[in-house]
Amino acid sequence: MLILLAMPVVLVILFGFAITTEVNNVRLAVYAPSKDNLSRLITDRFDANPYFSIVDIVQSPADIDRLFRENKADVTLVFGEDFENNLMHTGEASVQLIVDGSEPNTATMMSSYTTGILATYQAELSAGSSAGGGFTVIPDVKLLYNPQMKSAYNFVPGVMGLILMLICAMMTSISIVREKERGTMEVLLVSPMRPISIILAKVVPYFCISAFNVVTIILLAVFVLKVPLTGSIFWISVISLLYIFVALALGITISSLVQNQVSAMLASAMGLMMPVMVFSGMIFPIENMPNILQWLSNIIPARWYIEGIKKLMIQGLSVEYVLKELAILSVMGTVLITVSLKLFKNRLE
Amino acid sequence: MNAIGVNGIEKSYGEVHALKGVSFDVPQGELFGIIGPDGAGKTTLFRILTTLILADGGTAQVVGLDVVNDYKEIRKKVGYMPGRFSLYQDLTVEENLNFFATVFNTTVQENYDLIKDIYVQIEPFKKRRAGALSGGMKQKLALCCALIHKPEVLFLDEPTTGVDPVSRKEFWDMLGRLKKQGIAIIVSTPYMDEASLCDSIALINEGLFLTIDTPAGIIDSYPETIWAVEGSRMPQILTRLREVPQVKTAFAFGDVHHVTVEPDFSPDVLSEILHKEGFPDARVEAIKPNTEDAYMLLAGK
Repeated sequence: MLILLAMPVVLVILFGFAITTEVNNVRLAVYAPSKDNLSRLITDRFDANPYFSIVDIVQSPADIDRLFRENKADVTLVFGEDFENNLMHTGEASVQLIVDGSEPNTATMMSSYTTGILATYQAELSAGSSAGGGFTVIPDVKLLYNPQMKSAYNFVPGVMGLILMLICAMMTSISIVREKERGTMEVLLVSPMRPISIILAKVVPYFCISAFNVVTIILLAVFVLKVPLTGSIFWISVISLLYIFVALALGITISSLVQNQVSAMLASAMGLMMPVMVFSGMIFPIENMPNILQWLSNIIPARWYIEGIKKLMIQGLSVEYVLKELAILSVMGTVLITVSLKLFKNRLE
Repeated sequence: MNAIGVNGIEKSYGEVHALKGVSFDVPQGELFGIIGPDGAGKTTLFRILTTLILADGGTAQVVGLDVVNDYKEIRKKVGYMPGRFSLYQDLTVEENLNFFATVFNTTVQENYDLIKDIYVQIEPFKKRRAGALSGGMKQKLALCCALIHKPEVLFLDEPTTGVDPVSRKEFWDMLGRLKKQGIAIIVSTPYMDEASLCDSIALINEGLFLTIDTPAGIIDSYPETIWAVEGSRMPQILTRLREVPQVKTAFAFGDVHHVTVEPDFSPDVLSEILHKEGFPDARVEAIKPNTEDAYMLLAGK
């Protein structure tokens, strides 16, 4: 009942605020080897723009790489050598845009914003010049991680997050609640079987199915969708198993809280699927959500899993860069399994 | 040691006072019936005794163990058949039996003697899914599953509800045989006619035991004179009967009406009254009271 009344409210608010495809707060790093006046003016222009914030003025090309790997910058603006000189004397100068391409929608948006600002500046510069010949700033866009802007790069980790949550949490909770509904739980409880064994017996099959699914999705992604599998397979498996564990614990928790299959289904769908869709960053970039929703997204396990998988699989980063995700998922799993075991009742009420 | 000892058990669900303090004992090897209508508190009592829910007040022991503190031990020693068919509908008869044997750390072979009589009747259908069995067959299978670990006490919550009369009879015959094996059986039923098949019965209404006695004892202690009245136009007869000053109570009772009357009244006088009042074929006959008469009397007080 509550779900029926609350659902439209939640949906409208979420979609109204969260679902914005526009890009806010692009984290921009600047590399200007020539350190000239003009490149500084352009940098100021970006700094003044509400959509951009300058995160770093880097000193060497190696730093650019580091910023991207640590996920501290979305776009890096690289001014050519002798930028001002070239522009003033030849009327032409090039700027390289390095864009994080792991989220194709956002990447497109970010690069067009950036080139837009450059174009405006170029127009102003040309209009103010006495020479009248005009200046051309040639932006050269380079997409990092996903040069062909394949959407599969984005949705494969998302689908993994979604499917695993669906199978583990939803199926586990429904199958345990079905025992309650059919009355078989009553008979099982009046037996020497310990509650932990009942839970394990319910969870193990779904754990195996999910593990199998991870393998299928990765094989499909690599061989059919041609998504590169650049990272360590071992760590991808570790983070996936960890995530499956979190989802199973969530399923058990739900099963303890509801009494029938319909509620289990609704609770899983509304309480898990929708947040996964919205907050995982799969459809809508998290960076653009209002603060409160960003904060909410932190408690969604799928968000951390998808981020971890993106880093490991698509960006090919080593495990040091996903330690945070691994730690968060471990904590979530520990808390949830403790809660779910506490909630599982030795009796009917 | 009694198989079951219950002392002042109370249970409420919010506003509903399901059990208002019941006490009774069941000796080992006794077939104890709890008889009362739906909503009288039978299932609640069974769930408390099988450690599935906690009572609000009072104490209870099953095979000498406390239902609250020693629930793990009790669960190893009792067999429970809930009121609703609670086996796996999509497993076959054989699979269900094997499953419950495994759950109770035993095998079908180990205690086959105990269930043999019952199992042979459903054995022809052992490959059939439990959900596809008839009502009577389902109950026999459920009984087999509840017996598979040779329990010391067997709890049967309304095992014959929704079962045809022939199967009901067979079911009670089986309970009689199980009792001989020394298993205490506590069975609830809304059917008053099944009361006479128990060693002792408790009549329960609105969370209270009206009486606990042997079936014969309950009938012997029935204080009223009781007659059966029959004829055509039964509803009109009932209305008229209730207007006779000497008639204390009158209830429709299957094909006849049961009336209790003042001690100095005679059946002939009553039939004469009815004949004059336009019920020429009405017959009045003195009868022996049955459990239901006792129940109506006690519940009406």
